[in-house]
Amino acid sequence: MSTDTTPTSGLAGSDFASDAHSATGLREAGRDYLTRLRGGDMGALPATLGLLTLVIGFSLASDTFLTELNIANLITQAGAICVLAMGLVFVLLLGDIDLSAGFTGATGAAVMALMIRDQGQGWPVAVLAGIAAGAVIGLVIGLLVAKLGIPSFVVTLAFFLGLQGALLRMIGEGGSVRVDDDVIRGISIDNVSVVGGWALAGGVVAVYAALSLLRHRHQVRQSLQHLPLSVVVVKIVGLAVVVLGLTAVLNANRSRNPNFPIEGIPWVLPLVGFLLIFWTYVLTRTTFGRHLYAVGGNREAARRAGIAVDRIRVQAFMIGSSMAAISGIIAASNAGKVSASSGGSNTLLYAVGAAVIGGTSLFGGRGKARDAVIGGLVIATITNGLGLLDQPSYINFVVTGSVLLLAAAVDAVSRRRRSAAGVG
Amino acid sequence: MTGTPLLELRNVNKIFGAVHVLHDVNFAVHPGQVTALVGDNGAGKSTLVKTVAGIYAADSGEQYFEGKRVHITSPKAAAALGIEVVYQDLALCDNLDIVENMFLGRELTKGPALDESTMEQRARETLASLSVRTVKSVRQGVASLSGGQRQTVAIAKAVLWNSKVVLLDEPTAALGVAQTRQVLDLVRRLADQGLGVVLISHNMNDVFEVADRITALYLGRVAADVATKDVTHGQVVELITAGRSGDLGLAPSATHA
Repeated sequence: MSTDTTPTSGLAGSDFASDAHSATGLREAGRDYLTRLRGGDMGALPATLGLLTLVIGFSLASDTFLTELNIANLITQAGAICVLAMGLVFVLLLGDIDLSAGFTGATGAAVMALMIRDQGQGWPVAVLAGIAAGAVIGLVIGLLVAKLGIPSFVVTLAFFLGLQGALLRMIGEGGSVRVDDDVIRGISIDNVSVVGGWALAGGVVAVYAALSLLRHRHQVRQSLQHLPLSVVVVKIVGLAVVVLGLTAVLNANRSRNPNFPIEGIPWVLPLVGFLLIFWTYVLTRTTFGRHLYAVGGNREAARRAGIAVDRIRVQAFMIGSSMAAISGIIAASNAGKVSASSGGSNTLLYAVGAAVIGGTSLFGGRGKARDAVIGGLVIATITNGLGLLDQPSYINFVVTGSVLLLAAAVDAVSRRRRSAAGVG
Repeated sequence: MTGTPLLELRNVNKIFGAVHVLHDVNFAVHPGQVTALVGDNGAGKSTLVKTVAGIYAADSGEQYFEGKRVHITSPKAAAALGIEVVYQDLALCDNLDIVENMFLGRELTKGPALDESTMEQRARETLASLSVRTVKSVRQGVASLSGGQRQTVAIAKAVLWNSKVVLLDEPTAALGVAQTRQVLDLVRRLADQGLGVVLISHNMNDVFEVADRITALYLGRVAADVATKDVTHGQVVELITAGRSGDLGLAPSATHA
C-alpha cells in the first residue's frame, strides 16, 4: 500500500510532512476506526450490531423467522419505513423535525389513488401528482419555517392535524380508496425475475467495485488522502456478500404451494436501493449536499460563506415531503388501499426512530441516507419478529419505544463524547 | 510610506440614525505590511471593518483599491476585489473537514459533482505555502482542531482565493500563548507574501510584535496613523483611551466633539 507522503509538484514536502495521506494498512485503519468510535463517532455501528443481535435472537426464538418467505416479507414491510426515514434525514440534518411526514405520505398516496380511480389517469401521471402534492406540502412547511421563523416542531404539528383533515375530506369518513393498478400493487407483490435479479445484483457489485477501485487509483496518483487498498477491498467484499447473499435468498422459491412458485427480489427492494444511491450521491457529491451539512452544522457560518440558508431549508423540507409521498405510495401498494387512518398511528415515529437508530443525529449536521435503511430494517425486524412470536401488540409498542429511546441516548452520549474528545 | 496603498479610505463617514460612528476616517492598507487597527470598544473598529467588507455602505467618502476608485457595496463586491475578512467567531462548520470548510460556499465542481481532488490539492498547497505544520491531515474534522489550528484554517480560507487584503478581527483573543505564537507567525507570513493585512486587536503585545503601522481610532475618528517603531506602548494606550498622546493624536477640541 502506498505510504507515499510526498505531495505533488514537489510542494514543500517538509512543510506539510505530517499530513499523512493514508493509513498504511488494515491494522492501522482499524486502529483509526477504534479511535473514532471512542471519540463518539459511532456512525452506523450501533444499528448494525443491533440488527445482527435482533436477527440472531429472533431466529433462535422462532423457526419461521429466517425462512425465505419471511425475509421477503420483512423487506416489503421495511420499504415504506426506509423511504420515509430517508426523507426525514434531510430535515433532521438541519436540526429540524417533520411531524407531519406520515400524513403527508398518506395525502400523496390518496392523491395518486384518486387520480387513478376518479380521473382515470395512468399510474405515471398519478404517481407524479402524488409526489408533487408532497413537494407542495414541503414547500409550504419550508417557507413557514424558514421565512416566518416558526419552529418546525409547531408548523409540522399543525400540518399533522390539518393533513388528517385533508385526508378525511378526500377519502370520506371511515372510507378507503382501493389501489389496484397492477404496477403500483406490483411494487410490493411482484418480483424481479430470477435472471434479472442476478443481473441487477451483479451489476451493482461490479459498478461499486469499479468505481471504488478507480477512485482509489486516482487518489493515489494525485497523492490525495485515501483509504488503504485493503480497506477498499474489504468494503467491496462486504457489499458483495450482502447484495449477492440477499439475492440468493430471495431468488429461491419461497412458496408454500409447490404449484405456484414465488421467487425473485420484490420490486420494492431495487426501488429503495435506487433512492439510497441517488440521495447518497446528492448528499456526498454535490454542492447542495455540502451546503445542507454546512447549514445543519453551523447556520451562521453557512450564511457568511454566502450559502442561501433559507433556500436550503425549504428544499430540505420539500425533499422530505416528496420522499414521504413516495413512502405513502409504497405503503398503499402494500396495503392495497389508502384509508383515512393511513400514515397515522406509529408511521412517523417508526421513521424518525429508523433515522435516529441508523445514526442520524437529532441535533443536526450528521446523518446519511444509509442510516434510514439500516434503521428501517431494525424497526421492521422488531415488528416482524415480535409478530411471529405471537406477542400481544402492547409488547411491540414498548419494545419499539425502548429501542428509539436507546438510539436517542446513544446519539446524545456520542455527541457529548465528540465535544469532549473534540472529534468532528 | 512608499507606493500606492492596496486599499485606501478617504474621509469616510458612517452614520447610524443619530450616532455618527465614523468621522472623516482616512485609512490605508499597504502591501506587505501589517496595519494594526486599535481602539476602545465603540471606537468604530467593527464598523470600519464592515464598511471595508461591504456589509455596510459608507454614507460619504471615497474608497480606492490599488489606486482605482471603487464602491464596495456588498460582501460579494469586496470578495471580488480580493478583500477577505476573518471574523472573531471563526465561522467554521464543526461537522465538516478542513478542505470542506476552506471551500465552503465556493466549492469547485466538475459537471454535477464536487471536484474533491482539486479542492484537496489546493487546500494542501495553500496550507503548505503558509508553512502550516500543525495540522495532521487536511481531511481532519474541524471539531478536532485546537483554537489556534481553527484560526489557522480560517485565515488559510481567506488566503485561498488569491486575496490581496485580509482583515483579521481579534484573531488571538481566545488563544493560549503557544497558539497565539502560531497565529502571529502566520499573520507575519501573510504580509511577507505581499498581502495587505489588517489586524484588529486589543492586545498591545501582539500589535507591537507583528504590526508595521498602527491606526488608532477614538470615538469614530482616526486619532493617529503611525509607524510602530515610532511609538511606545504607553503612547498607543493613551491614543486609545484619550485620543491623544503628547504631540500625537487629535486636537483637544476634537476629542469632545
